[in-house]
Amino acid sequence: MEPINQLVTTAVPMPIEHIDTDQIIPARFLKAVTRDGFGQNLFRDWRYDKSDTPNPDFVLNNSIYSGQILVAGKNFGCGSSREHAAWALADYGFRIVISSFFADIFKGNALNNGIVPIVVDDATLNQIFEAIESDPNTTFELDLQGQTLKGGGLAINFDIDAYKKECLLNGQDDIDYLVSLKEEIKQFEERQTIY
Amino acid sequence: MSKTLFDKIWDSHVVKEVPGNRQVLYIDRHFIHEVTSPQAFAGIKQRGLELFRKEKIVATADHNIPTIDQHLPIKEELSRKQVDTLIENCEEFNIPLFGMGHEKQGIVHVIGPEQGITKPGMTIVCGDSHTSTHGAFGTIAFGIGTSQVEQVMASQCLILTRPKTMRITVDGKLGSGVSAKDIILYIISQLTTSGGTGYFVEYAGSAIKSLSMEARMTICNMSIEMGARGGMIAPDQTTFDYVQGREHAPTGDDWDAAVAYWSTLNTDDGAVFDMELKYSAEDITPMITYGTNPGMAIPVNEVVPEEVSEKALSYMGLNPGEILIGKDIQHVFIGSCTNSRIEDLREVADFVKGKHRCATTKVMVVPGSKAVEAQAIEEGLDVVFKSAGFELRSPGCSACLGMNEDKIPAGEYCVSTSNRNFEGRQGPGARTILASPLTAAAAAIYGKIVDVRQYIN
Repeated sequence: MEPINQLVTTAVPMPIEHIDTDQIIPARFLKAVTRDGFGQNLFRDWRYDKSDTPNPDFVLNNSIYSGQILVAGKNFGCGSSREHAAWALADYGFRIVISSFFADIFKGNALNNGIVPIVVDDATLNQIFEAIESDPNTTFELDLQGQTLKGGGLAINFDIDAYKKECLLNGQDDIDYLVSLKEEIKQFEERQTIY
Repeated sequence: MSKTLFDKIWDSHVVKEVPGNRQVLYIDRHFIHEVTSPQAFAGIKQRGLELFRKEKIVATADHNIPTIDQHLPIKEELSRKQVDTLIENCEEFNIPLFGMGHEKQGIVHVIGPEQGITKPGMTIVCGDSHTSTHGAFGTIAFGIGTSQVEQVMASQCLILTRPKTMRITVDGKLGSGVSAKDIILYIISQLTTSGGTGYFVEYAGSAIKSLSMEARMTICNMSIEMGARGGMIAPDQTTFDYVQGREHAPTGDDWDAAVAYWSTLNTDDGAVFDMELKYSAEDITPMITYGTNPGMAIPVNEVVPEEVSEKALSYMGLNPGEILIGKDIQHVFIGSCTNSRIEDLREVADFVKGKHRCATTKVMVVPGSKAVEAQAIEEGLDVVFKSAGFELRSPGCSACLGMNEDKIPAGEYCVSTSNRNFEGRQGPGARTILASPLTAAAAAIYGKIVDVRQYIN
């Protein structure tokens, strides 16, 4: 996982609520056995029409908008546990997703793939959408260590789990730590009765 | 101190506390399938790790396999490669695999319970959000991402924050024609798709206690559709009777000891939940969805609400104020980890016996496992389906998520017993209407949405 701390970038607005993982990456594109290449099918059925022609009305096909931040309506990532959704976002180039609410499993998957999920209140989310709408070149500045996001006249302090923050800053995942606990896990197993 | 059912199982699986409000939780069973495991196996190999407890892993192929001609190689190249990768990985790491054609193959959340692998008090994970199904046995069961699949392979543990607890009590007696699927669609319609986020739900109350294990699985299965991490029901005599005698169930003295322990797995009087909701079974009627998430559900005889997403209604080809009764239906899908068990098939067969499907409605019945399929044939349900013009296919996830060939064409309506009506879920442009097996069976016969209560005795 690539470490992340500071990032200055523009943002892509997607003011749609309840964007589910089937929209982020439809099931028929989950057939790879590696983690690479999912970005080309990110939001596939919104991005392309039936004949695989880019839909000009979809924000990812609008050259006015670009950047490594996706700003989405509430309850982003609901539905399936497929980590392919996080892989697709990361592979496309997003490192930050901002919403007023994230589905649980998606949030965990994002954190495990170097994507920073930033939760803001509904009013702030609307202000971010407005800032991007009035100027698509609005840049935002992430300081993960300081847990701030600045831009568009806003200065946002966000919450992030202390453990996962360290993982993101250092580019570490949970496995190394879990593997280091093997002796303790074995001791736990000796105490456990299961049927 | 009084504890909830959730607290009792969670606390007994905490290996240690981690700074930052996290805990290392031990996982008793790990189910894997072809779609969310290959990258985890690759990660294990890349890091040069061993599987820490391979005997706690059970594998099956279900998500993208065809549901016809399962004796032949998979035609679709990418699906074949993914299934072959699962076979290779299971061989390399010596993991039991119930692959395509195996007599124990089936949807991962159907085979765990039917083989007695799923037992009360366990922690269970799988790279699939409907792992919550297993909560029907009084387990903490939840879906995980592939990075976590790898973590469990490497350590049999996960680093987690403890979810909040919610109890949903449904008291009373269900009306005729109303089933477990209607209960859970009703609850999700009240809570919305995000109302349960951050919570682990316990379902309780006389209406829940009166349900069979298979009906309880239907309820717990859809916990994720309200955003909840999982759902669970305290084990009782119904649970013990279901588990007893199954292949992996304890026997003899072990059985007695197990039941004695399982009997302690209930919420103590006075235990406090972070949220409590109460519903009355008498208020629940047959439910259908009208939109593009499972929270967009209404009683079958009510109209589409006014204040809903234009995008969703436009996708579904519906209007605010419209009633769905009488809507022509081109497809019916009876299957998925929500409703593909023998009781579901029996209920459908019982309704359609002596009737025939509408000429313009295609019907797929996809059993949840080879065991369900065999049981259906033994009971003659296959004959009933055939006479009714229903196509009985082989087990798999099938048209629930359209990873294989079982897709619904764009713009056409499908009444489906599955769990998600997201845009494109059953195929690009497909319009999914979620319902109970009974409502689906009625839609198949009459070719339109009906209030099934008017057609049953």
